[in-house]
Amino acid sequence: MTAVRITDTSLRDGSHAMSHQFAAEQVRDVARALDEAGVPVIEVTHGDGLAGSSIQYGFSRTPEMDLISEAAGVCEQARIAALLLPGVGTVEQLKEAVERGVRVLRIATHCTEADISQEHFEMAKEMELETVGFLMMAHMRPPEELVEQAQLMESYGADCVYIVDSAGAMLPGEAGAKVEAFKENLGTQVGFHAHNNLGVAIGNSLAALEAGADQLDGSLRGLGAGAGNAPTELLAAVLDKMGVETGLDAFELMDAAEYTIAPIMPFQPMTDRDSIIIGYAGVYSTFLLHAKRAAERYEMDPREILVELGRREAVAGQEDWIIDVALELAKEKEGAAS
Amino acid sequence: MSGDRVRVAIVGSGNIGADLMYKLLKEPGHMELAMVAGIEPESEGLKRARDEGVEATHEGIQPVLDDPEIKIVFDATSAKAHVRHAKLLKEAGKIAVDLTPAARGPYVVPTANLTEHLDEDNVNLMTCGAQATVPMAYAVSRVTPLRYAEMVSTVASLSAGPGTRQNIDEFTFTTARGLEEIGGAEQGKAIIILNPADPPLIMRNTVYIVPEDDEIDEDAITDSVEGVVAEIQQYVPGYQLKNGPTFDERNTPWGEKPLVMMFLEVEGAGDFLPKYAGNLDIMTASARRVGEVFARHLLGVEEVVA
Repeated sequence: MTAVRITDTSLRDGSHAMSHQFAAEQVRDVARALDEAGVPVIEVTHGDGLAGSSIQYGFSRTPEMDLISEAAGVCEQARIAALLLPGVGTVEQLKEAVERGVRVLRIATHCTEADISQEHFEMAKEMELETVGFLMMAHMRPPEELVEQAQLMESYGADCVYIVDSAGAMLPGEAGAKVEAFKENLGTQVGFHAHNNLGVAIGNSLAALEAGADQLDGSLRGLGAGAGNAPTELLAAVLDKMGVETGLDAFELMDAAEYTIAPIMPFQPMTDRDSIIIGYAGVYSTFLLHAKRAAERYEMDPREILVELGRREAVAGQEDWIIDVALELAKEKEGAAS
Repeated sequence: MSGDRVRVAIVGSGNIGADLMYKLLKEPGHMELAMVAGIEPESEGLKRARDEGVEATHEGIQPVLDDPEIKIVFDATSAKAHVRHAKLLKEAGKIAVDLTPAARGPYVVPTANLTEHLDEDNVNLMTCGAQATVPMAYAVSRVTPLRYAEMVSTVASLSAGPGTRQNIDEFTFTTARGLEEIGGAEQGKAIIILNPADPPLIMRNTVYIVPEDDEIDEDAITDSVEGVVAEIQQYVPGYQLKNGPTFDERNTPWGEKPLVMMFLEVEGAGDFLPKYAGNLDIMTASARRVGEVFARHLLGVEEVVA
């Protein structure tokens, strides 16, 4: 029987949708529910990874290190993962995260920049962590270029490399083909991280699975950037129906989504106007709320900002360009009006 | 140091060394480029030096140390090499302008604190991001105290060499410290992003400042920032304030606070490296300026340029 490992990222990707306002008690409750439902890996970090708390990305209400401790404290079987983006977080935060209970490190770079992750992989291996490489915005490059980058991560010590559809811009055919290329060329496990901006997060995850993916990501109720991720409870139900071994209790996950996550969500991420445009234009999902805020502040349609960011080929983490683009669009409008 | 020029040398014949060489030849000021030193006999940088009529050696730093007339040495090698060079240069009584992350001497930014360190024999230029953004923090902090300063650098992937890539944490640590120690922020934070867009994008930097006080004099901040930008443009012509200072409020760990934002672009002069590589240009241009200020100091030239 096929088996796949699910990592729940409600407490990391979900941090974006929460505008990084998770409270300690909320994290404890969510982690406990996931642990009891058999989720093997739970990711807990600021949405932009360790040390993401900033003006650029939004300050955390509760220090992420405290949230990691809270989650680690209530889990009986699940292991805690943290995300690290080289250029944002450093080995300094990595060391503290491990002291707080992190056992799996996911290291994310833009899909062409894997070689900035070497020092972090090596440090993580030295600390005997399980390591996962995250190639973000993977819709922007063809399979063969992604393979080269994944092989770099493999050479640094990655146990698994993910194709990360940060923009929710892929369709199932592309997701499957990219996973297949990884399976053919890598000795590591292969993962897929979906966003639902075009409504195909589950479809892409299934295509990835069919192509041989060993790991998939989900978040309860899809709590995540843009239109959110593949909902963990939905993945559990679908995979169960397909006869795929996950070790998850779909009923308990449905309860966790219904009674633990839903009441604390500020909104239900969905394929609304602005999320669809993110997937369609191929823009980093996390830009959603930042672009909405800037659009309101400078009185424009968020789609204008998002499309321009796509045109400029903005990559993960470039939230500062949102205000910059909004200011420039505002100037142009003023110029046109006068 | 006969006449009106100080003899200087460049150690390191890679891209940075070559760009700096062309800058020194184009605009020598009170310096005379006497030697370029490398370790690869066939290196492109040494060949270029010879083509320009500059003495070139592949015997490393030794010939530089042996020339008593060379007073200022730009080190564009690596942090590891500079640790060794720093000691040798000190013993030889030469001033080291360090472009590597080694940081054996104090951090300097020409517009902010260079004049405080003219009696040192080794100064460090931190990072490209620091040269671009620390002056902005400094410009605001001389008007109002800073609780926090954050910078985000976006550079073209092609302009980030293996040194930066293998030790990207160094950028983060050093730049954040620069924002604190020279920029005057109680707490500094730095983020770097590599973007592979084609054609390559010109270096961009965003600076966010959270002042200590809730009431700030926006006009005074704007004047101060514009003043510093004009000073930087004297030695980095492609340095530009694209937007800002713009003022907003943010919810921060210190409560609802005013926020000052500056959006900068740094286009290189294209002396040797491509124009989009403003991140490399600002390092070599700053190094040239630091060398010039030291040279004038050694010569006793009165003009204060810091």
